[in-house]
Amino acid sequence: MSESTETRAPRSRVAIAPIKAGRPDPQGSDGNRADASAPTAAPTVDPSPVEPRVRFNRTSSAGSATFIGAAGASLGLVWVVYERVLPLSGVLGFWITWYVLFLALYLVMARLQWDRLEARNRLRAVALGTGGVLVVFIVIDQVAYTLVKGSAAVTHLNFWTKSMAFAGPDSPMTVGGVLHAIVGSVEQLGLATLVSVPLGITAALFLAEIGGGLARVVRTIVEAMTALPDLVAGLFVYVTLILSLGVGKSGVCAAIAIGVTMMPIIARASEVVLRIVPGALREASYALGSSQWRTVWNVVLPTARSGLATAVVLAMARGIGETAPVLLVAGYTKEMNADPFSGPQTSLPLFIYNAVHILGTPAYVERGFGAGFVLVVVVLALFTIARRVGGSAPGELSKRQRRKLAREAAEI
Amino acid sequence: MAVVLTPDSPHTLPDVDTPRAIVARPSGSDRIFRGILRGAGLVVLLITALILVFLILRSFSALQRSGFGFFTTPSFFPETSNQFGIAALLPDSALIAAIALVIAVPIGVATAIYISEYAPHVLRRPLIAVIDLMAAIPSIVYALWGLFFLMPRILGTDQWLAHHLGFIPFFHFTKADTIGSYVGAMFIAGIVVSLMVIPIITSISRQVFSQAPQGEREAAYALGSTRWGMIRTVVLPFGRAGIIGASMLGLGRALGETIAVTFILTPLTYAFSIHMLEGGGNSITAEIANFYTQYDSKGVAALLACGLVLFVATLIVNSFASIVVSRSRSGALTEAV
Repeated sequence: MSESTETRAPRSRVAIAPIKAGRPDPQGSDGNRADASAPTAAPTVDPSPVEPRVRFNRTSSAGSATFIGAAGASLGLVWVVYERVLPLSGVLGFWITWYVLFLALYLVMARLQWDRLEARNRLRAVALGTGGVLVVFIVIDQVAYTLVKGSAAVTHLNFWTKSMAFAGPDSPMTVGGVLHAIVGSVEQLGLATLVSVPLGITAALFLAEIGGGLARVVRTIVEAMTALPDLVAGLFVYVTLILSLGVGKSGVCAAIAIGVTMMPIIARASEVVLRIVPGALREASYALGSSQWRTVWNVVLPTARSGLATAVVLAMARGIGETAPVLLVAGYTKEMNADPFSGPQTSLPLFIYNAVHILGTPAYVERGFGAGFVLVVVVLALFTIARRVGGSAPGELSKRQRRKLAREAAEI
Repeated sequence: MAVVLTPDSPHTLPDVDTPRAIVARPSGSDRIFRGILRGAGLVVLLITALILVFLILRSFSALQRSGFGFFTTPSFFPETSNQFGIAALLPDSALIAAIALVIAVPIGVATAIYISEYAPHVLRRPLIAVIDLMAAIPSIVYALWGLFFLMPRILGTDQWLAHHLGFIPFFHFTKADTIGSYVGAMFIAGIVVSLMVIPIITSISRQVFSQAPQGEREAAYALGSTRWGMIRTVVLPFGRAGIIGASMLGLGRALGETIAVTFILTPLTYAFSIHMLEGGGNSITAEIANFYTQYDSKGVAALLACGLVLFVATLIVNSFASIVVSRSRSGALTEAV
């Protein structure tokens, strides 16, 4: 572990809580009792022979009740004030008001039970947790919204089996479909993966296994390219292949553009995973006389396998949704084009872009949401695969592994 | 992994044994292997260099035509006039990115702290998965969601902000006060972009926070710190550079976001205004996406010049971010191979 090299003393200031009588219980779920017994207990030794283990993540019924009570009370109050008293509108405003009121009520309720420090500590925990709740809510909302709005289009069989070749701007849902876009997406993503995975993982190996001055430069560039605007990747392919070399707009151009955006993602995520591979494993392999590439092939890559798979599949999930690069270089067609090497080829995101932003008729918007449905399902599937194949996050042990470690530690 | 052996006591004699320098001569296969790896690294550099070189080459004519006015002229009609520039487009992009960061940094960091410090073990992995999923959701889905779900629901809040916080220049509203004139504003685009930035900030900050040394955490607890006291004095100082770096990476992403911005903004004029609640406004990315098919070669060259500015801006921001991260204490831990 890296802690072994950590020899510096902590230089941080530490907030010292007024904890009485050597009871290291910052949660202080029994704050009142500790306060009462503090003056007498201070000089005596704790009578219990075994010090109870301090657990930080303990939830008490009082804590939960406070949380739920504050949430419910503020909801009711906001409903009355916001809907009845103040002439306001907007769902967002409602929830923002609710949240502010909730925090205030929570602080008041916590203050009734616990001392100032403890109440503030709990308030902070709740406020920080809101971030997590909000993120979960937004993700669920986006996915559900797209799925619900898209379900009108995807229930028609022709949506899956036809292209838009014979459909006009206002054709009903029973005419035309997005098969051409699905085919285009699959082919472009496949080509992009073929290009970017070997390059990305090799670059990551270079960063993690060789290092040195050049690697530092490459790492800086890779990290900068991770956040490279995807539009710029499109512009790059547009400028080099289409304007300079005269290649027509086609699926392969889009694939290269997608590959350019996927490569740094793979490289960066893989490097992180490769770094987590314990140095002791490498040294053990060297000590057994392996060469470097044998060590990488037989020790480093298998150890990092789950993380690498996750990196690749997540990059694929990013790649299939890339719109901006495809927009510039793939061209747009209503017709089926299974050959990525010639002629314009539509992909799912490009179809949505054209349907909603360029055409914008109600029928097209509905189909756009249908394509969004497909896209979200594919991304969710890829994501689930990444989790399944990848198993646990690198360095994180499963419950059973942790128990086993604890058992072994106990035996020693 | 570098193992540094430090003498146990500071009073050791100066002539202690120094570690012998280990010289490893790579075998033939290793030399090929290292060559391949190095080649991959060089390809990455080459791609970046090619992007820069080709964008400069292709946009040179446009930059020559408008001269320094490219940075000072707000209007952008490169086909009909030699006076065109990004003096309105770039500030608009920057304003959208700033809105996004103002929203995303607090939420992202709070979520990261919650996941790494507070969340029960059962919740931790699902939460990380949700954050990763949020990063994986295509920007076009964000765009659909922002345009059809968020926009109708946020207009009331926008109006309230304009009425009650209008004294703040950013919330000032100069147009006719109908709900329709709030449609397509930079504020809404900024909110949608912030949602794309949140997962970046959260996942990087979380990784940095989780590296905070266990010994120092326990030391803080042992001194009687509360949980928040520990976070404030150990985790946050340890992860400060990580937060800065993550925010800057988020800034790069926000500057370069195309589709959601293009969907939501309704460009009216080329005039930069900080009144972010008003409909209108533009951005470099939206300009490129909207006009690349309509322009002739002169116009495309001008758009490429915009792309070049965008690329250079994000490259600088992102490189700076990664330098900040790697110079930091938390970054230095991962640096040591």
